Amino acid sequence: MANSYYDPADLRKFGKITEWSEEIGTKFFDYYGKVFEEGALSAREKSLIALAVAHVVKCPYCIDAYTKDGLQKGITKEEMMEAVHAGAAIESGATLVHGVQMMNKYNKLSM
Amino acid sequence: MARHSELAEKNEQLKILNGGIFEAGELPYFKDKIGLTGHFPLRPKKLEIFQVNVGYMCNQVCEHCHVDAGPDRKEIMTRETMQYCLDVIRNTGAHTLDLTGGAPEMNPDFRWFVEEAAKAGIKDFIVRSNLTVIRANKKYHDLPEFFKKHNVHVVSSMPHYTRGKTDKQRGDGVFDKSIKALQELNAVGYGMPDSDLKLDLVYNPSGAFLPGDQIAMEKDFKKALKEDFDIQFHNLFAITNLPISRFLDYLIASENYEDYMYALVEAYNPMAIENVMCTNTISVSWDGWLYDCDFNQMLDLKVASKIKHIKDYNEDLLNDRDIIISQHCYGCTAGAGSSCQGTVA
Repeated sequence: MANSYYDPADLRKFGKITEWSEEIGTKFFDYYGKVFEEGALSAREKSLIALAVAHVVKCPYCIDAYTKDGLQKGITKEEMMEAVHAGAAIESGATLVHGVQMMNKYNKLSM
Repeated sequence: MARHSELAEKNEQLKILNGGIFEAGELPYFKDKIGLTGHFPLRPKKLEIFQVNVGYMCNQVCEHCHVDAGPDRKEIMTRETMQYCLDVIRNTGAHTLDLTGGAPEMNPDFRWFVEEAAKAGIKDFIVRSNLTVIRANKKYHDLPEFFKKHNVHVVSSMPHYTRGKTDKQRGDGVFDKSIKALQELNAVGYGMPDSDLKLDLVYNPSGAFLPGDQIAMEKDFKKALKEDFDIQFHNLFAITNLPISRFLDYLIASENYEDYMYALVEAYNPMAIENVMCTNTISVSWDGWLYDCDFNQMLDLKVASKIKHIKDYNEDLLNDRDIIISQHCYGCTAGAGSSCQGTVA
């Protein structure tokens, strides 16, 4: 067994999840592939969204994968960092907006 | 200085490409992979491209260069060898002549060779120019006019449309000089939408990753170069970096070698093997030896034919051979495939 929960080499094995549940694994990868095709959004735009989400969900595999994908698509490091900030802003905003709940409760409980 | 590391030694490179993850059976050998679809041994089709490397001298030292080219390289094609090439060019069935290097313009007999070759009436006459050479010295400033006069098809390297990425791969100042050279080529008519003066760009990834979709990249390059610098060009060729020479050196030093080989093998496209360039190309080295491609030339894997040198050239005999392959060949079959003319699948 690996002595760490995350091993970068495991990313290469992602496709193997179909081996233990072929039908739904295959359906997942078909869906995944379709999502990232050119559509109303370009594949480039989707790659940046994926990179931002990868940071928000703190998935080290996804961060590696979509940094590489961005490089392949000619996305600059400035664009990548702005995408990460967009994700971080939403995540921190999601924390902060709960401050309203705190304020509401505080006011309700206070004379 | 060109980086003559231990990895520039060809045998050492082949040892690496044949050993490690391939020897351990983690990844299949290229011959086994193509054998699954009946493509081993790989055989030539009709010869279409006659590629001549006129020397390894270059004014740049690019990090990804598979030629290990640089200002200190002394390997330069002589006029005598060029004469042998001209004899072939006049009689070949190939429709494309492709001059490469190094910086081919730095060969002292380059202009004579171009003038003579242009007379052969070959359909597509390519010179691979690194662009900066045009600005490197006064004696090269008239190259755009010279190319135009001989109806040369110019193919130029441009790793990115931003300064940072370009200079990181090709050296400080390369971006600005390349932009200036492209503007000068545009000024004489190269790359304009309806112009017969063909100007294509080559994109190589600036690191351990594969090129993205060629059409999407071309769109991005065209938009950025037009908006920012009023530059136009015809096509963008996205070329995969092959794991040999200076790029192999980089992959190993940066601990990216295994991941890169996995990426190449996983992206193997059986459609690409149908059109890999070694099936329609002959590559001639500065000293006249014949190879299946420019990459095999750098690994000194001469053609598996009794015709091994330009002075003995015989197209029919040469076409009856098995193409020499190794694991670096995965670079030409990954994704949409890769060749000196861009994608192949």
